[in-house]
Amino acid sequence: MTEPLLSVRDLHVSFGTSEGVVQAVRGVSFDISQGETLAIVGESGSGKSVTASAIMRLNFGADVRVSGSASLDGQDILSMSEEGVRQLRGKDIAMIFQDPLTALNPFYTVGNQIAEAYAIHHPGTSKKDLRELALDSITKVGIPEPLKRLNQYPHEFSGGMRQRIVIAMALINSPKLLIADEPTTALDVTVQAQILELISAMQEAHGSAVILITHDLGVVAEVTKRVLVMYAGRLVETASVEDAFNSPTHPYTRGLLNSVRSLDSDRHSRLEPIPGNPPSLIDLPSGCPFHLRCQYAASLNDRCRSEVPELKAVGNSWSACHLTVEELSSDLRAAT
Amino acid sequence: MFYFITRRSFFAVILLFVVSIFTFWIFSALPADPAALTCGKNCRPEVIEANRARLGYDKPFLEQYGSYMKGIFVGRTYGEDESGVHCAAPSLGYSYDRHECVTSLVAKTIPVTASIALGAFVLWMFFGISLGTFAALRRGKWPDHLSNVFSVVGISFPSFFLGLLSILVFVIWTSILPFPQYVGITENPLKWLTALILPWCVLAVLSASTYIRLTRNGILEVMNEEFVRLGIAKGLPRRTLIVKYVLRAALTPIATIAGIDFAFLLGGAIVTESVFNLPGLGKLTIAAVINSDLPILVATTLVSAVFIVVANAIVDILYGYLDPRVRAK
Repeated sequence: MTEPLLSVRDLHVSFGTSEGVVQAVRGVSFDISQGETLAIVGESGSGKSVTASAIMRLNFGADVRVSGSASLDGQDILSMSEEGVRQLRGKDIAMIFQDPLTALNPFYTVGNQIAEAYAIHHPGTSKKDLRELALDSITKVGIPEPLKRLNQYPHEFSGGMRQRIVIAMALINSPKLLIADEPTTALDVTVQAQILELISAMQEAHGSAVILITHDLGVVAEVTKRVLVMYAGRLVETASVEDAFNSPTHPYTRGLLNSVRSLDSDRHSRLEPIPGNPPSLIDLPSGCPFHLRCQYAASLNDRCRSEVPELKAVGNSWSACHLTVEELSSDLRAAT
Repeated sequence: MFYFITRRSFFAVILLFVVSIFTFWIFSALPADPAALTCGKNCRPEVIEANRARLGYDKPFLEQYGSYMKGIFVGRTYGEDESGVHCAAPSLGYSYDRHECVTSLVAKTIPVTASIALGAFVLWMFFGISLGTFAALRRGKWPDHLSNVFSVVGISFPSFFLGLLSILVFVIWTSILPFPQYVGITENPLKWLTALILPWCVLAVLSASTYIRLTRNGILEVMNEEFVRLGIAKGLPRRTLIVKYVLRAALTPIATIAGIDFAFLLGGAIVTESVFNLPGLGKLTIAAVINSDLPILVATTLVSAVFIVVANAIVDILYGYLDPRVRAK
């Protein structure tokens, strides 16, 4: 097997706040190979965005603690010098942010900002070449009248157009890895599909691997092949998209799927939300983080409350649950 | 942009017109009789009446205002016979108290006040912004605490206290500086500088305290903006990030406040000018208040108003250049 492009091992991220230490990410490990698309899903506060930021060392604040490792081509980003990370950012790893309305600098033209993304990592490029590159890149992301648009400011664009600009900027250096942090959440539904298509097309053109962070399972189904499900800072399931949707193993993944309506579901059937709320990341429950909301926890005596489940292979998926492999792989949906 | 500037200038003119009517009206509505104030306590009624006619105070309000406005554009002669006094345009009135046209009185003070304002402005902007930036970038560390202490002290001390204290320390105790006595910059630049250095510093300390806080808080706010995070994610070097992203966004609103504050100072720093005995607009105003010299008061009020209205318009137009989002509207 070839070396993975990015290999995250035992990532922990915590923030000190006035109320206590927020343990946002607790022991997350995963690999992503070249050109692969991987989705990280979970509710708000499950640690998915923090995980993504940690890979680019974008977690700031007075009291942030990051441990573990994240190796890109064998180099650990987390132990790199600040200058080393800076040269990586935007060149080898690029990021697309959630809200395109606030992500662009309002004081400079989009042409300036796109050209800047290239110029940072290619000093000495002539102004003329930079302009050509910027023009080329916004043409590729499908912005009409690119020549005129290049000289406009971000506020003169719609949300979807701004996200296209952010994508153009992220891909101008053909990064090895593209992290898209909820790239469609802030956009109109009609624009969402276009942006996802664009990301897929650009990914193919540049050969980048993509980590797509989202809480929208529809988005996952559309563009990715592999899914990581996060809950309260931990990975609870990793599976291929088909397995995650057709035979989810972890009770949380099942709950997540049951709480979304799909086209083929009976329109009179009720949605089943997961009862309760995600746990506080300051005062985490002992044992399995999901046990307070899990319908199977009672049947397993005290194990769920006292012991943190590790990921174990269930068929082609990996699941962090105390239920036996047989129980996890059987269609529990029928049993509920 | 041309349309924006034209429209903004037009509104500035309208505003000045309204301000002038109000100023004129307030002073004419005062219970004091301006004609009675033209001669001393034991004045004969005939003299008062003669002066009233001479200065036009016997006319109805609107006519008085009209001739005042006309005087600003074409000049005005007080009295008809050969003893009449002519004040050339722009005539802002005639001070009977000082036997001089108000315009020439005001004109003499402008270089003084402008020298004070300009020097203080440069100092306070430089120290306010650099210390504020320094504090924000070292948030929670000692430079931050130090600048915090400085701004609290600066805001808490009244200018007359700081002014007198600085004279005591630098002039009387240590004799580092001579006693401030204003000389024009063209006459003797060194003397001009030594007379102004203390008032500059006093005014700068007061305003810099505010600007340190404005800058610091502005920067910290901008640092949390998503576009700054994207700048970091692009791999921008720290210097570029601070200058092109953070300062650009944080200082733009401060430019507006600075423009108005500067104009306010041009209207005369009353306390500071009095403490340091500088013959500026503020000192002229305060002397006019003490002597109930109404023509001077009307003029200094109008001149200050012009500074502020003009500065407001300039700042608005400038803002259009600084912030592309404003330009579009």
